[in-house]
Amino acid sequence: MQAPPMTNSDNHAAGLRRDERLEKLKLFGLASPALLLILVILVIPVGWLFYVSFVGADGSFSLENYQRMIESKSYARIFRTTFQVSFLTTAICILIGYPLAYFMAQLPQRLANLCLITVLLPFWTSLLVRTYAWLVLLQKRGLVNEWAMSIGLWDEPLKFVHNLNGTLIGMVHIMLPFLILPTYGAMKAIDKDYLKASSNLGASPVRAFWTVFFPLSTPGLFAGALMVFVLCLGFFVTPAVLGGGKVILVSMKIVSNIELFVNWGAASALGVVLLVLTMSILWIASRFLNFKNMVGGGQ
Amino acid sequence: MNTAALPITIRNVTKKYGQVFALNDVSLDVKSGEFLTLLGPSGSGKTTLLMVLAGFTRPDAGSLRFGADEVIRKPPHQRDLGMVFQNYALFPHMTVAGNVGYPLKLRKIPKKEIDARVENALDLVQLEGLGQRRIDQLSGGQKQRVALARSIVFEPRILLMDEPLSALDKKLRDQMQIELRRLHDRLGMTTVYVTHDQREALTMSDRIAVLNHGEIMQLATPQELYDHPQNKFVADFIGDSTFLAVEKSGRSLKAGGITLKTDSPVPKAENLSVMMRPERISLIEGKAGKNTNIFTAKVSNLVYQGESFLLYAELAGGAEVAVRGTIKGDRYTKLPKLGAKVKLGLDAADTIIIAD
Repeated sequence: MQAPPMTNSDNHAAGLRRDERLEKLKLFGLASPALLLILVILVIPVGWLFYVSFVGADGSFSLENYQRMIESKSYARIFRTTFQVSFLTTAICILIGYPLAYFMAQLPQRLANLCLITVLLPFWTSLLVRTYAWLVLLQKRGLVNEWAMSIGLWDEPLKFVHNLNGTLIGMVHIMLPFLILPTYGAMKAIDKDYLKASSNLGASPVRAFWTVFFPLSTPGLFAGALMVFVLCLGFFVTPAVLGGGKVILVSMKIVSNIELFVNWGAASALGVVLLVLTMSILWIASRFLNFKNMVGGGQ
Repeated sequence: MNTAALPITIRNVTKKYGQVFALNDVSLDVKSGEFLTLLGPSGSGKTTLLMVLAGFTRPDAGSLRFGADEVIRKPPHQRDLGMVFQNYALFPHMTVAGNVGYPLKLRKIPKKEIDARVENALDLVQLEGLGQRRIDQLSGGQKQRVALARSIVFEPRILLMDEPLSALDKKLRDQMQIELRRLHDRLGMTTVYVTHDQREALTMSDRIAVLNHGEIMQLATPQELYDHPQNKFVADFIGDSTFLAVEKSGRSLKAGGITLKTDSPVPKAENLSVMMRPERISLIEGKAGKNTNIFTAKVSNLVYQGESFLLYAELAGGAEVAVRGTIKGDRYTKLPKLGAKVKLGLDAADTIIIAD
């Protein structure tokens, strides 16, 4: 059968363009509830936070909230502690989490999945429950001290809570999955042939690990470490309970500014500074790391 | 090369996965400096055998010697052989030069010498000046060359290649086959090459070992393998062929309605077939030679393939055979039409009888 002859008006250019535009509009329409939500619960409150932080005690525009932070030594100490605790937590998470992720990446898939579930299990338990559980375990007459003393590991109860120790133990426990998951993902994405090639070319297993496996796993490790560090900067519940007021982080100062001093301006200013610091850390990290690689894990 | 190539001696190597033999008592000698290809379908054991050579698969039993040294229990990193992986396995976190220099760095060679040798190796594979490129900036063919450079830069005496050309497109693959073979002739190391592509094997190899179900079906030069396959598997796997059942009556053999003349020995077996390769069959128009088997047939299909045609014809017994011929001038238009009666000629020299 002969096809009917084509005329110029038959090429549908205008119609095809209209279809394309319509499709984009539809996609935007589908995304609009989420966009609206972000506007209402993120953009507006953060904007309001900025605004309040520049309002002085007398209700006029003022920089006094920021001035106080620069002048008072206690603020500097709080920021230092916050960074210190975040850094230590991240470091301990790496030391514990990397070997565990490595171990999991070597297991057969079924066992590895089981391990993953046990890593994720704490996620399904309330943060408060886990934090108070540590309090019960670690306190002076808690399980850990009682047990250790009964078998003679130490004679006097050790101080695990209401200090830096307790804060770190609790925070590492909560943060560990955030480090393990991306690290494990990156490790799983490493083609086994890379290690075979390395060994074929003369690398001992240890050399192969440090020259090939470790460098290829670092995108996941860095992603996890960054996530842990940033989450630690604003962490409140666990350090508040397990630190027992001895370890004061920025988040706690924000709370006390509101609850004790009813000073919304001071609290907002702290919030703004913390937000800006966190954003700058992410920005600096993004200069060195490829975020696209992190999300995909490895390749 | 500063060292001579090494022969490889494989004796009684067996590897079982569950109840299945990946390698069933395989013995094979690869001569020093030889280009030997392991050819077989997937699951035939060819890759397993290569992995045993490289040390990545631990066999259940057997002996493996490189030269005089028994290496079957040596870990891969102490075997000192080059290997090109199917997916190249180039380290993505290193540059081209980093990849090629890697084996030299492991061997604690001074930096200056590494640079010189890396450059040399890159020249050899025609990638001069690309040392600083990242791996993801390379094309498939370039990756292939980098992998090759990396595997020969430390001057191994044995080189293994695991389907190195399978990811390339046909044109490039054909070109690389010739190049790889030239490089082998120039460097002279013993090379074991794995492929499932029979044409590639025929093109490149000194000898080919055809594997199936973990056993070597035949070990021979390409020509021997093609012209005188020892069994039906090899005859079927190498080249295209049609098999006609042979009836024995006394000392004479009958197939497709005629008595066969053959120059080759007839295997001592109950059931025999005659192997008919499409390009060895000719369309007889005038008189045929005395030493030619002539079958009468009816054209059932005709396929145009550019440089050649493929004509299918039905023999008296109902079996269909294919005939290939080159196309020159107006030959294609003058070929017999569908349903036409034709005479097919097969020289006695090309009449190979195979045991079923």
